[in-house]
Amino acid sequence: MSAKTLTRMDLSEAVFREVGLSRNESAQLVESVLDHMSDALVRGEQVKISSFGTFSVRDKTARVGRNPKTGEEVPINPRRVLTFRPSHLMKDRVAAGNKAT
Amino acid sequence: MIRSELIQKIADENPHLYQRDVERIVNTIFDEVTDAMSRGDRVELRGFGAFSVKQRDARVGRNPRTGETVQVEEKHVPFFKTGKLLRDRLNGKD
Repeated sequence: MSAKTLTRMDLSEAVFREVGLSRNESAQLVESVLDHMSDALVRGEQVKISSFGTFSVRDKTARVGRNPKTGEEVPINPRRVLTFRPSHLMKDRVAAGNKAT
Repeated sequence: MIRSELIQKIADENPHLYQRDVERIVNTIFDEVTDAMSRGDRVELRGFGAFSVKQRDARVGRNPRTGETVQVEEKHVPFFKTGKLLRDRLNGKD
């Protein structure tokens, strides 16, 4: 499993093939999409992409953590974390595509 | 923000593109990520995050209503890990 790792380059290549813009412009559009999503999340908005999934920002309260190596207690500050909840369609497709043969 | 709002923002920034093409561009990006994961591939978008597939082992589950035990097969689920840059931005560090 996990035979390959795709990057921005593969996504812009797909856009290039699909729409026939220049490679450069395709790459910029991929970047714009990621930037708009990031900006919305930083503003605290949810990003809901139908049939793909939902990105949401959650607030975590402060807690006492522990360095697993030394056993030392360290305070963990309150922070915001991003969670991704895949859509049913994505879950189904990923499950079906990776089914053991 | 929902998909159509994302498409609108990109369309507004690119008045030389047809709305129809902007839709295709945005849809292609998300489809490509889903397709990759359904092949078991990872998608790593530096600064944003990485999509990967995690294996969940087979287990014996229980129907919470009837208490009956059921065999749950091994399965694969999509997983997203936030990138460092975005994680820092969410916490006000730029």
